[in-house]
Formats: sequence, structure tokens, C-alpha cells
Amino acid sequence: MTSFMPPADRVWWKVPVGRQELIWIAIALVWCIIMFLMMPLWHVYGKQNLSTEAYQTTPAKFGAKVEEMISQYKVGEEAGLPVVAPPAGSDIYMLGRLWQWYPVLKLKKNQEYRLHLSSMDWQHGFSLQPDNINLQIVPGYDMVLKITPDKSGVYGVICNEYCGIGHHTMVGKIYVED
Amino acid sequence: MAEFRVCPDSGFYFHKSAESLMKVNAVAGIVALLVAGILAIGVVLTRWQEVHLLPADTFYMVLTGHGINALIFWIIFFEMAILHFASSTLLRCRLATPRWAWAGFFLMLIGAVMNNVAVFSGKSSVMMTSYAPMQAEPHFYLGLILFAVGALIQVFVFFGTLVVANQEKTYEGSVPLVTFGAITAAIIAVFTIASGAIILIPTFLWSIGYVSHIDAEMYRVIWWGMGHSSQQINVAAHVAVWYLIAGVLFGARPMSEKVSRFAFLLYILFLQLASAHHILVDPGISTEWKIFNTSYAMYLAVLASMIHGLTVPGSIEVAQRRKGFTKGLFEWLRKAPWGNPVFSAMFISLVTFGFIGGITGVVMGTEQINLIIHNTIYVPAHFHATVVTGTTLTFMALTYLLIPVLFRRQMILPWMARLQPYVFGGGMTILILFMLGAGTLGVARRHWDMDFTGAVMAFEYPAIAYTLMAVGAIGGVLAIVGGAMYLTVAVGSLLFGKKLEPSAGFLESFIGKALNAVVYTTNKPEVLQRAPKLQEEHTGSFEAPGTFALAMLLLVTFVVYYFINWKYLASVWPLG
Repeated sequence: MTSFMPPADRVWWKVPVGRQELIWIAIALVWCIIMFLMMPLWHVYGKQNLSTEAYQTTPAKFGAKVEEMISQYKVGEEAGLPVVAPPAGSDIYMLGRLWQWYPVLKLKKNQEYRLHLSSMDWQHGFSLQPDNINLQIVPGYDMVLKITPDKSGVYGVICNEYCGIGHHTMVGKIYVED
Repeated sequence: MAEFRVCPDSGFYFHKSAESLMKVNAVAGIVALLVAGILAIGVVLTRWQEVHLLPADTFYMVLTGHGINALIFWIIFFEMAILHFASSTLLRCRLATPRWAWAGFFLMLIGAVMNNVAVFSGKSSVMMTSYAPMQAEPHFYLGLILFAVGALIQVFVFFGTLVVANQEKTYEGSVPLVTFGAITAAIIAVFTIASGAIILIPTFLWSIGYVSHIDAEMYRVIWWGMGHSSQQINVAAHVAVWYLIAGVLFGARPMSEKVSRFAFLLYILFLQLASAHHILVDPGISTEWKIFNTSYAMYLAVLASMIHGLTVPGSIEVAQRRKGFTKGLFEWLRKAPWGNPVFSAMFISLVTFGFIGGITGVVMGTEQINLIIHNTIYVPAHFHATVVTGTTLTFMALTYLLIPVLFRRQMILPWMARLQPYVFGGGMTILILFMLGAGTLGVARRHWDMDFTGAVMAFEYPAIAYTLMAVGAIGGVLAIVGGAMYLTVAVGSLLFGKKLEPSAGFLESFIGKALNAVVYTTNKPEVLQRAPKLQEEHTGSFEAPGTFALAMLLLVTFVVYYFINWKYLASVWPLG
């Protein structure tokens, strides 16, 4: 009943705390600190850390870079979209727009690429499936991350940030070859 | 003229103005919940791929309306009622500036209606988050702004009432713990509404052409200062209600005033840049900023919830043991009033909030783990465990408590009320668990079609993802039934429940008709005394061993699940 009445003791903050609560607080605090430490530790020992490299850009500038890559490394077409096979280690580009991921990328397994992502219009969600890597794609920002595809196969890129009526048709593709 | 009545069953004092405001805020909230619940049918039955009820445009409109009505209008209206209860009623104090409070309420009402008009016109299907540069109609933003201003006014009336109570010495000593929790919620609300104003006002000006550009990333950072913090208002408010219910039903006293209040204080001190959790996979946010602002080096807000997780059930256990339920670890819990919906709703809320909502929230708020969770349906699964089985179910429990106390009506259909927390909590838990699974498989949130009909490129989810979504949807249907049961009991009792004493009646209190003078008997309630001192003192032994065992179970679940997610993360493409 004291939960809705003033505390019984006038100087309630001097009432000693029970052993049970102190033990629980100590255990919980240790766990909370471990959870904090996991994040920096993963930056040292883990392999999945998001880069913080990003540049301000405009749809026109980013679009031009995408087209430049396509003109250099285009190897075919699929469903009307260019398929591009840029060399390992190079800067590769994918843009999101209503409602496609453009172009289709063909990558080599276990090679590192510098992937640039941006949006030409609204916000989009880059969701690489079935690996399940998810990134927020924001217009005006060129997001750069080093990726190393370590499994070969065909990957879908779906959009998982709501972007209007055609949102569900926004599916792209990345091939990873041995 | 006498202005206070005392509830003969509970002993709570109600100030006339505060009472009316509690009623209208609670009722407005319940209407918003009704709207949200009807829209939930469309959401659930469309995401159940085998049913796929609505066309895409209607689905996105319905989803936008569901989110805003449930997460903003229902919860914040109800919280206003809680603030007036925690100040005026608990402190036996007159409400400060009732006219301002009414102005605030009407602003909220106008705002909520305006926003709903924008949504249902079909041209503002922008989701609750309304991420720029996707644009809604101007009155979508204006509605939210008016709602927020109205809420802010009522929050300041709450603060004013605390000052009046203090000045007029309506209570002895320090404010009760529940009021302390409500103060926590109100302080976070001020910060939240300020963030909302900073981003929504320019966005509104942008929508009518006075501002040329809204930076999409800036929008996200500041919007989430409102979007996330508003959920912390909910946590503080529903934890305060847990303490209230423990006190009312069991005569429980906090195990330690100091520990519980300290935990509330941690919410204020360590939540404020919570928007960090939502921009972990956004472009250009520095690693150090993300790590620090999600955890403040030691997750003290999580610690606060873990403390409440022990002290709320712990206080119930201590009270039950004092009544003689001392056998074994759990007799106190077995012999708890499981047939009383106030208790069952509150306890289901406590367990699901801690075990599911809390754990999944921390996991997905971890900088790197967010990569495998961001924007998947795991996210709505998580926040249904926090704001639905957590906050909403707690507010349902409080409604059952308030129907006789505040509204002076006897509850109709008591059998339905008894079942309701189990149907709603159970259905929602099924929905949550299976959506968590589907999210782990990469199923997107806010997405009309798992089949990607019409896409030029093909992608197929594994078959199991469809199964998980279907089972989750069945849970969702069950939860909607549970929600309908709540609305039936609550609204039915207000309209048709037997009046418990000659009073103004439900509708009359709205139109300000002169109330029966017999009901309001006093102008000066007795000063609220300190709680009686306990005879026995702390013995130093474990007072609540059963609760401690449950807490350890929570910790083990937490640790195991946390590291499973790191293991899963390690399996995806290396990136840096």
C-alpha cells in the first residue's frame, strides 16, 4: 500500500537496502557492462562491423557514378537491368529508387569490394537475403562499406523501408561466383 | 461548494475537475484503441499471406492508421488520465488550472481527429514515422503537432498540481512511489514533445512549401528523439501502474523506496539519446557515438528495468508471504488472484515485457546485431511485446480497477473480463514469438506482399517463413478477439454497468451538468498520512526467494539469447 502512500520513513533514502536487491543489482550491472563491452570487442575481434564512411551526395552525382561503373564493366542484361561485374577491390555502386535496385552486381567470392549505396528519391531499406544484412539507405548520403561475400550463390536485395505503393516490387539481385 | 468525493471502496479522493478529465482522457484513449483494433484486423489478415485481404494502397493506409492510433493516441490519452490520477487523486489535491487542462485535452482531440482525417483520405499513407522526403498532407503533421501541444499542456497541469499539493500540504513526507513514477514519465514526456516539435514543425512548413528541404538523416535522428523517448514514457507509466496494482490488490509495499525511486531516476538520466537505437545502420553515424548512446557504457536504463522486474513481483511476494503463503518458492504466486483481471493482466504484462520485450529490445539495439534485424518484422514483434503486452495490457488492468473506482460502475460480463487478459496476452504472445522468428529469416516489416508480385527480379522466402507468419497471424486474430473483449467490457460497463452510488452518471460528467451535491462531500480531504511503519524490520535474509529465482531465469534467458544472436551475426558476410 505504500506504493501509493508517502514512504513510511521520513528519511527513506537512509533505510538500508535488502541483501536480495543488492545482489540482483550487482549481477544485473555486471551483465550490463558485459553487454556494453561486447560492442567494442566485436570491433576488434569480429568481422561484421558497419563502416562509418559516408559522403554527402546528390541523386545526379551518385547516378553518374553508377552509370560510369556500368559503362566500364557491363557483362550482360537481366530483366532489362544491366548486369555488372566490376573487378575485385574496386568501388561498386548500387542505387535504390522507386522501385528498383540498380544495377545487378556480379561479385567474386572471398574478394573485398567497396560498396556504395544511396537513394535517388525516398528512403529505402537494403536487405540482402537470405544472408539477412539490413541497411538504411538515405537520399543525399553515399554510404560506403567494405563487403566480402564469403558464400557463393544468388542473393536477393529486397527493400525493407516502406517506399510507397510499389514497395513490394523493389527486388534486386547480387550474384556471388566462385 | 464541495469539490471532492471519496470512493467508499478504495478510499481514493477524486477532485471534481480531475475526475472529469481522467474520464474524458481515458475514454478518448479507448476510442483510439477501438480504431486501432479495427485497423489491426486489416493488418493481420493482409500479412497472413494465404489470406492477403487488402489491396496494397489500403493496406499501407490501414497500417499507418493502426500505428498512430495505437502507439500515439490510445497510449498518450490514457497516460494523461494516469497523470491526473497520480497527482490529484493520489495526493488528494485539487487539479491546478482545470481550464488549461481542458484546453489541452481539446487540442489533443482536434489533433487526433485531424490526423486521422488525413490518413483516411488516403493521401498520407506514410507510416507512423513519416520519414522525409516522403510527404504527407499538411494536416497530417499539423494534427500531430496540435496533439503534442495539448499533451504538453496537460503535462504542465500535472506539474502544477504537484506544486499545489506541496504548497497546500495535502500530504506528509515525500510523494508516493506511484506519483514519483508518473513524474518520471512526465519529465520524459517534456523531452519527447520538444523533440517532436523540433522536427514536426519544420516538416509541416515543408509540406506547405515554406521550407524547401528536409534532410532525411536529420529527420531520422530528431524524429526518433520523439519516437523512442515516447516509448520510455510508456515504460515509466506502466511500471508506475504495476506498483499501484501491487499496492491496491496485495497491500504490497515497495521492497525499498530508495531502490525503486533510483531505478525511475535512471530512466530519466539514461534514455535521452535513445534515437541512437534507430540509426545503427544509417550512413555516416560514428561508431563511438552509436556505442555510447545506445548503452551509456553500462546500459543503466536496462538496469533500471531489471530492478523493477525484481522489485515489483518481489513486493507482491513479500506481501503474500506475510499473509501466510509461504510454502516453497511459488505458493505466493500460485495462490495469487488469477481470476481477477486486474492482477492477471498486470502479471502477464510484467512477464512478457521482461522476457520478450526487454530482451529483444536490448539485442536489436546492439550496434552490430542490428545489422541482421533492422527493418525486419522482428522490430514490430519486439515493440508489440513492449507497448502491447507491456503498456496496453497494463492499461487494460488499470481500466478494470478504475471502472468501479473512478466511474462508479459495476463491471458487466465479469466472466469475459476474467478471460480477457489470457486471450489478449496469449494471442499477442503467439503473434510476437512467431514474428520474431520470421524476422530472423529476413521477412520485411511494412511490406504488403511476401510473394513480391510484379517484381522484375524474383526472390522467394523459405517456406517456413510463410508458416511462421501464418501462425503469428492466428495469434493476432486471437489478440484482436481479446481486444474486442476488453472494449466490450470497458465500454459496456461505462454505459450499462450498474451505478454503484447516486452519482452524476457517465455522460453527464462530460457536459458539465451540476453534479449531485451528495456525491461531493468535502472541500478539504484529510491530509494523506505516511504509510504505517512496519513492525518487523529487514532480517537480512532473502525476503522474496521465488522472485529471485524468476529473476535468475530471466538473466539466463537473456544471456543465452544474446549470445545466440552474436553467433548468428558471425555467419553473415564480413563487412567493415
